[in-house]
Amino acid sequence: MPMPKALVIRTAGTNCDVELCRAFTLAGAGVELVHLDRLLADPAQIAQFDLIGFPGGFSYGDDIASGRIKAMHTREKLMPELLKAGDRGVPMIGICNGFQVMVQIGLLPNSLPGTQNHDSCVALTDNDHGRFIDQWVGMKANASSNCIWTQGLNDIEGEILYPVAHGEGRFVTKDQATLDLLKAGNQIALRYSEDINGSIEQIAGICDPTGRIFGLMPHPERSLEWNRHPYWTRLDEHTMSSQTPGLKIFTNAVQAVSKQTVS
Amino acid sequence: MSTTTAPKSPVSSPLSSPDLPAGHAVHRVEIHPTAHAGDPRAHALIENAKSIGIPLGGAHWCRVYLIEATLTNGQLNQIINGLLANPVVEYAHIGASEPRGALVEIHPLPGVMDPPAQSVSDAIFALTGVRAAVTTGDRYDILGISDAKAQTLANRLLANPVIAGVHATPFHPAQLPHGHAHDFKLAHVNIRDLDDDQLEALSREGHLFLALNEMQAIQAHYQRLNREPTDIELETLAQTWSEHCVHKTLKSTIHYTGDGTADVAPESRPGVTMHDDGSYTINNLLKSTVAAATFELIDEGIDWTLSVFVDNAGIIKFDDEHAVCIKVETHNHPSALAPYGGAATGIGGCIRDIIGTGLAAKPIASTDVFCVAYPDMPNIPAGCLPPKQILTEVVAGVRDYGNRMGIPTINGAVMFDNRYVGNPLVYCGCIGIMPIDLISGDAAPGDHIIALGGKTGRDGIHGATFSSAELTDTHADEFSHAVQIGNAIEEKRTLDAILRARDFEGGPLYRSITDCGAGGFSSAVGEMGEQVGAFVNLEQAPLKYAGLSYTEIWISEAQERMVLAVAEENLPALQKICDEEHVELADLGHFGTDNAELVLNFEGTEVGRLPMSFMHDGIPTPTRTATWAAPKQEATPAKEVLLKEALLTLLTHPNIASKHWIVRQYDHEVQGNTVIKPLVGPKGIGPGDASVVEPVPGSGQGLSVGCGLVTGLSDDPYTMTLAAIDECMRNLVCVGTDPSRVAILDNFCWPSCTKPENLGSLVRAAQACYDGAKAYKTPFVSGKDSLNNQFTTEDGTTIEIPPTLLITGLGIVPDVDKCITSDAKAIGNTLVLIGKPQAKLAGSHAHMLGFVSDINMPTLDLEVGPKTASTVHQLIKAGLVKAAHDVSDGGILCTIAEMLIAGNTNDQPLGFVGMGDLNAIIAFDESPSCYVLEIENPESLKTILGDIPVRTLGKITDTGTISWGTLNASIADLTTAWRSTLDW
Repeated sequence: MPMPKALVIRTAGTNCDVELCRAFTLAGAGVELVHLDRLLADPAQIAQFDLIGFPGGFSYGDDIASGRIKAMHTREKLMPELLKAGDRGVPMIGICNGFQVMVQIGLLPNSLPGTQNHDSCVALTDNDHGRFIDQWVGMKANASSNCIWTQGLNDIEGEILYPVAHGEGRFVTKDQATLDLLKAGNQIALRYSEDINGSIEQIAGICDPTGRIFGLMPHPERSLEWNRHPYWTRLDEHTMSSQTPGLKIFTNAVQAVSKQTVS
Repeated sequence: MSTTTAPKSPVSSPLSSPDLPAGHAVHRVEIHPTAHAGDPRAHALIENAKSIGIPLGGAHWCRVYLIEATLTNGQLNQIINGLLANPVVEYAHIGASEPRGALVEIHPLPGVMDPPAQSVSDAIFALTGVRAAVTTGDRYDILGISDAKAQTLANRLLANPVIAGVHATPFHPAQLPHGHAHDFKLAHVNIRDLDDDQLEALSREGHLFLALNEMQAIQAHYQRLNREPTDIELETLAQTWSEHCVHKTLKSTIHYTGDGTADVAPESRPGVTMHDDGSYTINNLLKSTVAAATFELIDEGIDWTLSVFVDNAGIIKFDDEHAVCIKVETHNHPSALAPYGGAATGIGGCIRDIIGTGLAAKPIASTDVFCVAYPDMPNIPAGCLPPKQILTEVVAGVRDYGNRMGIPTINGAVMFDNRYVGNPLVYCGCIGIMPIDLISGDAAPGDHIIALGGKTGRDGIHGATFSSAELTDTHADEFSHAVQIGNAIEEKRTLDAILRARDFEGGPLYRSITDCGAGGFSSAVGEMGEQVGAFVNLEQAPLKYAGLSYTEIWISEAQERMVLAVAEENLPALQKICDEEHVELADLGHFGTDNAELVLNFEGTEVGRLPMSFMHDGIPTPTRTATWAAPKQEATPAKEVLLKEALLTLLTHPNIASKHWIVRQYDHEVQGNTVIKPLVGPKGIGPGDASVVEPVPGSGQGLSVGCGLVTGLSDDPYTMTLAAIDECMRNLVCVGTDPSRVAILDNFCWPSCTKPENLGSLVRAAQACYDGAKAYKTPFVSGKDSLNNQFTTEDGTTIEIPPTLLITGLGIVPDVDKCITSDAKAIGNTLVLIGKPQAKLAGSHAHMLGFVSDINMPTLDLEVGPKTASTVHQLIKAGLVKAAHDVSDGGILCTIAEMLIAGNTNDQPLGFVGMGDLNAIIAFDESPSCYVLEIENPESLKTILGDIPVRTLGKITDTGTISWGTLNASIADLTTAWRSTLDW
């Protein structure tokens, strides 16, 4: 089969695009890094991609709020093509700033069964301590979730750690009903194993009901090699011979696409 | 209606949208967090107010947008719902909501950069097609205190009067301020007939900060030309000749008398002429010391330096395809006045240095080092900001700029001394990578002078001259215009565009590049055109607002601007890239003039003409006087103190205490290449010695960054400097760096060197730079000096900073998979001390705190130090070392404690049992060239160690305590002590 093709959307202030491209490459996909303006000018080109990544950074300086301006542009011009891609089953991932964009345009959580509801009903807002934090945090994947990106994450031996680096990562829902729906649908794909920012139920990442669209605050694309692990100098060779939890996320998606293409 | 408590800014022009027709309404929109979403900003205010003894009954925060445009209600709602408010967590209020308590509203003063304003304005245009002028502010409604008290609180915690106004009622002006068109009038300055007093007065009152002999040289030049200079010519010379730009003190001829001759053998040093009376003259101090060491090392065979001292950063070879470059700058004076903006533009400027090195490097790591007064310093002099506020804001400035740029901040340090109260030090460093064949370029005659990036405003006028002057209590009023606020996103866009232009198929689209730093266009164009001359049309510069004079355009230090030399045929391709990346491109003129002159035009009229030769070589170089007297150390009796108490006190000392509060606010992982992080160990709380990145992911070769700063020994700058070089080297070696592949940088921060004693101590430090670099075979590749760091208080007392030399090191790690960290690893392993403690504790922290009495400072053995570093590297390379940590602030016992704190976990408690007796002399010795290593078997070291001293300290246990002689302390208590001081 031909190599799956990933689209990574950058704009002014995106700064985790290079490592996201590398993650897709190492996972076995071809990658194209495209400026948002080029997509806005010709949204139909989204149709040629098999995977879509919304990278981290400070899009448009995160002026107003994280991801707000990028979300506005995306919502106004790209939403129809993104929804079509979703219907085609294209896996999408939003990391940090990309996650913030996804929830503001309603690509996530898109919870209401049977219909497409893209009203924003969850948000990522200021950390409860009011500070930017950079640290590696333990993760727990939801084994019952159908999220294609996190499958098998719990099978990795030992503690799964991802780095977080954000000032606005506190996950909140509009109301209890929204949270209940997320839980009932097993859309909460990833949780922090400790409270680092005040997120409700320590939510770190959620997926849409299909499990193919996934957003998370942590940065798996910064964990592609074991020697990026925060205490790799203490890890044994056995652990370090396996795939990193970061790379796992991307190989999951690339493999899902490959399987789908074959079938 | 509204009142402002801030002093009036000398700048009275607006921020954005100069072309907006008058008569638009200003729409005020407040965006409030919902009760459901929580309000961390208000919460932070409550906590901060509590910490300064002002309890609040509650607080509410909201953001205020002032949007000047002709808008329908529908459009306003579209802007609110589509852009300003997220309905899940926010609600909007049009106009001013009812105050819920005492109200304070903070808005940037007119003319001060308001980064979100432009983004919002652009986004409104994209959404509605309407051009709007925007400013933003923050409103706090505070419960439980009076209006007057709220104002005081705002001035202390929320607003810096230099850049922001505090309003007591909702701010809703009828219109946003707009600039007035500049009435062009060519101004001349009468200088030819002035006497010396008048020349000095002109220098002072015009903020030129030139010395009398320099003013006289300018006067003579214009007497020869038989005309008066224009204002722009005089400003250009003042800027080009500023200490900040030309380093006239370090490059001058110096006559040295005094102590410190015997130990440095001046007669055998480069550039020295001995006199019969034992005094001597040094010709060009910088060239004879720092630079001499580098060039001698190159002659002796070091072949991996690629560009030293000439470009914006020093460049060394990384591998066959890549070069790496490094620069460290200081931004002290701007940070004293406006710490947030000063530090942000400090790192922003240093990043631009890297972008402007060779034909542009990609920034891959940043560093920051701060020196401030103790947070609890009593009686802060008038005109100084509280040290805690300074530190908090400089950290925030580096954080917000560095994180937005997507550059990991991976190394730093903070040192405390109350003499930094009025003149804090802010060092910012940046490292970049570039293709090895693109490390240099020169402008050719005919090339266009192309400015990329930010627009020009009044921000930062006189920054170069101001930074070369001495601070006084009234500087905040006089120099508020020198303060700059950065806009990282502008710089990021510019970087994106430049890297595309550099990597353009067929080769770079420009022949030369540099940044606009101190001196703005004047400095950038002046440097690039030094050989060929330049012709500049100043009216072509894009302006933030109308009303700038031609001189203001020329010398403005507005941020985020780069200057490129571009051949005619490459302009269209460059323009296309800039359009795609939303970067403004301005064609300011061309390089190459008859007689290599600098010619400045404004709207077709010549406003300045200067020969490049006079600009760059006309500065007089008088002989300066340096003296030095070895300080007399007086013995003070030591306090009776238990070892445990002393250890706990040392660990809580701000110099030694954990800096996690700072480190965790910086993104040190972005770009995904950070192999050894600033905090190490299983819990990520241990102090790393240096950080390592793998700049070419997958290549296996690393780049390490570390620093050395030993302010405790500032009484003797010679020893202090050697100790700093040694500490930097040890930090790098401890993570796996090859010590034969380390390049270093010097950053001198000194009090006024017009005072012979201070120049004398500078000479001592420079001599040590030469000796240290030669001994360690580590070339200096770049450096910077800031030589007027003192503060004069209201009553005329001058507080000089201690002489402070930061050494930053950039090293090659041959194999990143062999890197090690400082956290203790395994029970049963042995800790050994490599190197010989000298039992000389003057200058140590234990001495400063009165735990020991000594009058002798440690010295550095220039043979042993390098040999030890090399030996430790061999041990690490052989895989014999499980953990390594250099002995520095606090001494040997603190080093051990830090290793155990770093390695300890709840699941696997670690402890340590020391061998033999322990006394304060051994415990707290900070002698240079010492390392603590964790090893499995001490016997294994012997063949590699040779005659390097080694001493077994004790064994790692599972006890959770350190016990050694009479000392018994739990790791948990030590951890709490070490982490509590700066846990802000």
